[in-house]
Amino acid sequence: MTTLLQVKNVTKSFGSVIANNDISFEVAAGEIVALLGENGAGKSTLVKSVFGLVRPDQGEIFIDGNQMAPGDTAAVIASGVGMVHQHFKLVPVMSVTENIILGDEPKNGLFVNIKKAEQKVRELSEKFGLEVDPTANIEDLPVGTQQRVEILKALSKDVRLLIFDEPTAVLTPQETDELILVIKNLARLGVGVIVITHKLREVMALADRVVVLRDGKVVGTTTPKETNEAGLAQLMVGRSVVLEVEKGVAKPGKPVLTVKGLEVFDDRNLLAVKGVNLEVRSGEIFGIAGVEGNGQRELVEAICGMRLRAKGEVLVSGAATKDMHPHAVHEAGVSHIPEDREKHGLVSSYSISDNLILNQFDQAPFARGWFRNMIEIRKNADLLVKKFDIRTTSPAALASSLSGGNKQKVVIARELSQDLQVLIAAQPTRGVDVGSIEFIHKQLIAARDNGAGVLLVSAELDEIISLSDRIAVMSAGKIVAIIDSKGADRDYIGRLMAGLDK
Amino acid sequence: MLRLQAVGEVIKMMTSALRSRKSLYFYVVVIAIAFAYSVNSVSTVAVAASSITFGLPLAMAAMVGIMCERTGVVNIGIEGTLLTSAFFGFFVAALSQNLIWGLLAAIASGAVTGLLLALLTVSWKMDQIIAGTIVNILATGLTSFFYKQGYSLPAIFPRWSIPGLSDIPFLGRVFFQSGPITYFGLILIFVLYVAMYHTAWGLRTRAIGEYPSSAETSGISVKKFKYINVVIAGAFGGLTGAYLALELVGSFDRGFSAGKGFTALAIMIFGRWNPIGALLAAIFFGFAQALANQLMIDGLVAIPGPFINMLPYVLTIVVLAFSAGKVRGPAAAGQPYEREQA
Repeated sequence: MTTLLQVKNVTKSFGSVIANNDISFEVAAGEIVALLGENGAGKSTLVKSVFGLVRPDQGEIFIDGNQMAPGDTAAVIASGVGMVHQHFKLVPVMSVTENIILGDEPKNGLFVNIKKAEQKVRELSEKFGLEVDPTANIEDLPVGTQQRVEILKALSKDVRLLIFDEPTAVLTPQETDELILVIKNLARLGVGVIVITHKLREVMALADRVVVLRDGKVVGTTTPKETNEAGLAQLMVGRSVVLEVEKGVAKPGKPVLTVKGLEVFDDRNLLAVKGVNLEVRSGEIFGIAGVEGNGQRELVEAICGMRLRAKGEVLVSGAATKDMHPHAVHEAGVSHIPEDREKHGLVSSYSISDNLILNQFDQAPFARGWFRNMIEIRKNADLLVKKFDIRTTSPAALASSLSGGNKQKVVIARELSQDLQVLIAAQPTRGVDVGSIEFIHKQLIAARDNGAGVLLVSAELDEIISLSDRIAVMSAGKIVAIIDSKGADRDYIGRLMAGLDK
Repeated sequence: MLRLQAVGEVIKMMTSALRSRKSLYFYVVVIAIAFAYSVNSVSTVAVAASSITFGLPLAMAAMVGIMCERTGVVNIGIEGTLLTSAFFGFFVAALSQNLIWGLLAAIASGAVTGLLLALLTVSWKMDQIIAGTIVNILATGLTSFFYKQGYSLPAIFPRWSIPGLSDIPFLGRVFFQSGPITYFGLILIFVLYVAMYHTAWGLRTRAIGEYPSSAETSGISVKKFKYINVVIAGAFGGLTGAYLALELVGSFDRGFSAGKGFTALAIMIFGRWNPIGALLAAIFFGFAQALANQLMIDGLVAIPGPFINMLPYVLTIVVLAFSAGKVRGPAAAGQPYEREQA
């Protein structure tokens, strides 16, 4: 195998933070290398250095033995390196074809030859089995398809080394499986692949070699054959991580959240929740398993008063809650960790301390009459930052400066630090590193043990099985089964999720 | 057989064009003009010709805004560009007694205001509204301070009648008996339209205005593109200033551009950041002004002069009020681009 990429002693710091510290690694043609590390371990910075989007302070990068000038993206692209970015670099209002040819447009004299370009896109998508309509606008496509376009865009430049930055962060389990096949197929065609991820299952399924980063350094290189998920996790976090969640026996009490005959429409005005009945008791975690898009989001939003309930009612401790009044639902004792933390969980342009009181800013002790009590707000922030291990330079820093895991900790700290009877956690560990996942799981169990009823919605089946006391399986807007989590069979639940076993 | 097929194709195309809503507007306008022309040909020709005369500087100034915003730079300094270039155009032409020198000075000074805006917003990443305001204040202050009375141009740019075409009834008088900058400006607007939607430059420009890191990751230098486009836009603004000072009016005064740079921004929005759309919007503005003038001249309505002069500003407010929230501009306009966050 020929060496495609050589990274030698790359160091890069942002201010006082060293993102990459003397990193070296290699990738050969046809090889899949996983760069594994927690959020903030320096994975993204490293590949951006390779791609020329970031200028490293020190170190050298060779492609095919040729040294690359730092920060010269065009030269890197010209030597056959492509990148599939975590946040897709696609212009939403332009067509698939226009996005793919951007920067390397086929021309007809002075003009762009769009017909020829569309033909080229069609050929590419056939060659690699990535089906997409070349004339569709990006904003009309689902996320999985957008990623396909992003991959095609990279492949259109005749790549020999393809970098995937957290490719599965936004994908459903099905789309993830498809992507793994696509990546393996690319490697078979001789393309060298770098996959940045913190998902251990994917690394095990995908990689030929694993390079583990921690605090900006390479802490180990291994292969999936030589190790297992627990071993990788330990390497990544630097201590042993409990992947199995330890929890005591649930002591369920009275029902705290009752949903009766709930029907809810989605954004396209289709019935997404079709008559759901459920009961969450205090002191238990009630998990909802299901493939994303089967009505879970609409169910949660309707319970929290964020979406109109077409039919049915939601009772908290026996009292009916007001429809379309998130604040009233919250007052009734419902805390909510929303699925989309950027949109519904935080105001990223506010400080951490303000985000920590976002739903209590007008209440004592954080407000005195018309004025905010900055001392109490600061005290509260100091306390919660410490208690919930939010890694930040200061509580006054903007929420946008935090990593995904720490943003989620801010949301959880806020929601758990008030009186609650019901906790609704929607995808609580999405886009969060392993260390934080462990912490978040512990917090959910602690909330349960303190007597809250926890409604957990997650697309990660393992998370549902290991945390829940009872599991409801949701499929096509209905709860198709409620089973005890003890001895729950993964395959059986999987079949229920797919709507096969009725 | 083949010929029959071709005829069939043409008929199909024409019927489908006839059915589309856009062409309906076109027919309504043509019929209205034909009707007006049959009733009163002199006034109709005058109104139509004035619509172009009043509308053209607005359309050209709107191109400045379109080119800048399509590359992600909000340019509220168009007014300053017009004022500066009209000032230099007039005084260089007056002092050298040569219109061509004036034209070149106007274009160059317009480009310099573009360069200033690019420096402030692209290199120094200043807030774009504040940067545009700086351009405007500088232009107002400097042109007022250095303004001297008592200069005059040797002439203004003469009208060129295009042989043959200028003899066509109605169209000839409206389109083919204009000054050189008018022809040039109109051609440039169409060139800009084609360039924006059918060349690599246009594709890249639009990508930068929507989502700059998509362009950067495709190996395009966002900074370079922004500089080039903002400076070219400034030069275009300079041409507009030259049109005002050297072809349309033939003089210069303090505050000469009279808010045209701001009206141009409304036209840019009205025309949905599309050069042809903006041209049509500008002609509509010009038509409103021309119609009011004509009605007054003909003595058909007794609107006091100040109200006629208010018309462009009132129209601007009305247009913006009706299009607000309905149209969507380039997504990244107004945001400074930070490369390391790419």
